[in-house]
Amino acid sequence: MSDFLLVDLSRLQFALTALYHFLFVPLTLGLSILIAMMETVYVMTRRTIWRDMTKFWGVLFGINFALGVATGITMEFQFGMNWAYYSHYVGDVFGAPLAIEGLMAFFLEATFVGLFFFGWDRLSPRAHMIVTWLMALGTNFSALWILIANGWMQNPVGSAFNPDTLRMEVTDFVAVIFNPVAQAKFVHTVSAGYVCAATFVLGVSAWYLLRGRHVELAKRSFVIASAFGVASALSVIVLGDESGYALTDNQKMKLAAIEAMWETEPAPASFTAFGIPSQSDRQTHYAIHIPWVMGIIGTRSFDKQIAGIDELVAHAEARIRNGIVAYDALEKIKADRNDTAARAVFDASSKDLGHALLLKRYLPDPRQASEQQIKDAAWSTVPYVPLLFFGFRLMVACGFALLALFAVSLWHTTRETEAPRWLFRAALIAMPLPWIAIEVGWFVAEFGRQPWIIDGVLPTFLATSELGVSDLLLTIAGFTLVYGVLAVIEVRLMLAAIRKGPEIAKVIDDLRPNADPAMQPAE
Amino acid sequence: MIEFLFDYETLRVIWWILLGVLLIGFAATDGFDMGVGALLPFVAKTDAERRVAINTIGPVWEGNQVWFILGGGAIFAAWPALYAMSFSGFYLAMFLVLLALIMRPVAFKYRSKRPDPAWRTRWDWALFVGSAVPALIFGVAVGNTLKGVPFHFTPDLRPIYEGSLFGLLNPLALYCGLVSLAMLVTHGAAWLTFKAEGSVADRARAVGARSAIVTAVLFAGGSVLVSLGLLGGYRVTSPIVWDGPSNPLVKTVVADGGAWLANFHAHPLLWIVPGLGVAAPLLAAAGFQARLEGWTFIASKLGVAMIIATVGLAMFPILLPSSSNPGHSLAVFDASSSRATLRNMLIATAIFMPLILAYTAWVYSVLWGKVGEKSIEKAGSSAY
Repeated sequence: MSDFLLVDLSRLQFALTALYHFLFVPLTLGLSILIAMMETVYVMTRRTIWRDMTKFWGVLFGINFALGVATGITMEFQFGMNWAYYSHYVGDVFGAPLAIEGLMAFFLEATFVGLFFFGWDRLSPRAHMIVTWLMALGTNFSALWILIANGWMQNPVGSAFNPDTLRMEVTDFVAVIFNPVAQAKFVHTVSAGYVCAATFVLGVSAWYLLRGRHVELAKRSFVIASAFGVASALSVIVLGDESGYALTDNQKMKLAAIEAMWETEPAPASFTAFGIPSQSDRQTHYAIHIPWVMGIIGTRSFDKQIAGIDELVAHAEARIRNGIVAYDALEKIKADRNDTAARAVFDASSKDLGHALLLKRYLPDPRQASEQQIKDAAWSTVPYVPLLFFGFRLMVACGFALLALFAVSLWHTTRETEAPRWLFRAALIAMPLPWIAIEVGWFVAEFGRQPWIIDGVLPTFLATSELGVSDLLLTIAGFTLVYGVLAVIEVRLMLAAIRKGPEIAKVIDDLRPNADPAMQPAE
Repeated sequence: MIEFLFDYETLRVIWWILLGVLLIGFAATDGFDMGVGALLPFVAKTDAERRVAINTIGPVWEGNQVWFILGGGAIFAAWPALYAMSFSGFYLAMFLVLLALIMRPVAFKYRSKRPDPAWRTRWDWALFVGSAVPALIFGVAVGNTLKGVPFHFTPDLRPIYEGSLFGLLNPLALYCGLVSLAMLVTHGAAWLTFKAEGSVADRARAVGARSAIVTAVLFAGGSVLVSLGLLGGYRVTSPIVWDGPSNPLVKTVVADGGAWLANFHAHPLLWIVPGLGVAAPLLAAAGFQARLEGWTFIASKLGVAMIIATVGLAMFPILLPSSSNPGHSLAVFDASSSRATLRNMLIATAIFMPLILAYTAWVYSVLWGKVGEKSIEKAGSSAY
């Protein structure tokens, strides 16, 4: 239970597999929509260049999609494998969105993706376009349900601890679905996926334009990517999920950590554009403040305060003390299920039970905790500030850089003259930016949630399976090896396909008159 | 009627049935994909033949595989304690399955991207291993589930598994692995004779006719092992509270060699299910001989369904017995989610499952017809 090496390895494994999975998912999210849009233009205008574009970007989509699917398999099962106590503790709430994701989204996406590649000659253009849209819809619904599950980890609404089953159970599933944190995260994450795909299409098109190859296809792709990019980048930035950060203690703590805001300031708080936060000194050195900005972004108001870290730690301490009362009542209920007095006490204090569990880091029975241990546990609710502070700023910088790129690209596409070559070079250089922003964004959201696996409900260090360290080392090594090899293969195939250009998709057309209707070409 | 459906007891039994439906759905659809992958080196020798075999499942394996993912999600949502205990307990076995299943999507997609024979042979191996290994391990897992695995829960309901990977690879469980492998190979062969043309279909027919008989014999042998008490047997000895809280620490269970037959003795009509588990593969074997491809595939599918259903019926109401602490075994009445979650999930299933079946059927109908060597050569690098 207190084997912290096991906990750290379990977290490392989850981070590796999730970050790796998330290299492929955002591109899938955005590219599916982009190719559906291209195909729609084809169906409306019947100009074959748009069909060629759909097929060409479809090939790249397929190479990326295969790894997204392969790595997603791991995600669905590793909660049970590495996080068995978590799975028991919150499966009643957390499992449902995952299962509905399969029912509503992944089935749709996976069933129609086969037809997308194999159905060109079997379906009318209009029917094929509908298939493409259904695939894109499935992909995006998938993100919705995964982020409803993740949103509940950040803001566990609609649920309560059941002392008879010793786990969290759902009390209001509608509240889980319409969790404001989940909705904000969905919009933010999906938009980030669109930005990713727009940057990808813009960069590859720019590469063709620089070399004067496939100009017709590249020009059109450049236009559609820059327009889609401007809209998506604005959506990511404006609908950033900071809006959900005012809701719970832990979300407030994450916000305060991101901003390295140690003390509560009078509203509206200033934004720290730069500084060197120090966890041990509990202050930010060399801070450069921009007045008012933080208060306005964080609360969407001029008069609401944003709580600083010190204030939130004091609040956590009070909740730990109340949590010990809940813990004591729960132990009494476990000893005697009919102890109605204990049940009454538990009902009144159960929302703080999770805070008492923080003490299990120091001793098995939270009721025996010393004053110092309670103070340490309260301070343990502060995530490591410097990483969050800089991570967040890196993500935001990438976002604004991409918005500028898309805006300039769009402006140039509306003009008669050729766009300058430096713009194409910039588009090429910018290609890694969305991936950096997205991976760092995942880190800020999930590392910022620590020490909780479920905000205020269950500490991460309690949530693992009872595995041996050697089991974890073996699986981490295995996944790293296989994922590493696959990444190299994927990038090589992607580059080869880009180098070949749209011809790889055209082979299909040349063969069409003779093609046996029983055998459908893929791509 | 609706009220009755939403009783906790009814919901638990419905979700036990749906668990079976999901496992059967997975084995009946992704099962033939795994069968084709496991048969690949045997029914297809040249690159053109391999492409025929692979392209018979090319457009559909992805959708089929969702049954597996959905199975994971549904067990998490409806049977969280089972999800927690089984996947952390079968840790390294599960790791092998995941590695195998990770190779499969990539192999399908990437094999055709380069003409280099060494490249393609490597992916053929990945497909073979990625299909045969899970087909075997799933059976091994079922064998261990029947026998019982060593685990217990702490008073906080923290799941603790006491065994090892090598404990799972015992002879009787491996026997069940062979049943599963033979069953899915037969199913894959039935699909290939139905969907492929030429030498691939001919070889698949020859293999299938034999493996179908092997399946029937192995499954009948398994039933003998069960009746001898060699494949476990557990009986709940305390009164069952069907609508009580999901806490697996409040009942008593004993190991009892004959217990897996108790449900069949109590309800003799149930013998039809294992009976069909033997008869359907034999019908499939006859179908292979008689070249009734469609009927062979249906018979094979029925065999898959009945073999899986037999296991469920034998164990009901137990889901995962503990060999070290039988009282901590997970059962239908004490390992489920809350009533609210079972109800919400049932509503979601009632809405989406008919839609899934409808559009899946439509996709199969669009793709109707045989896959042959000529068509793939014509399609060049554009097919898998």
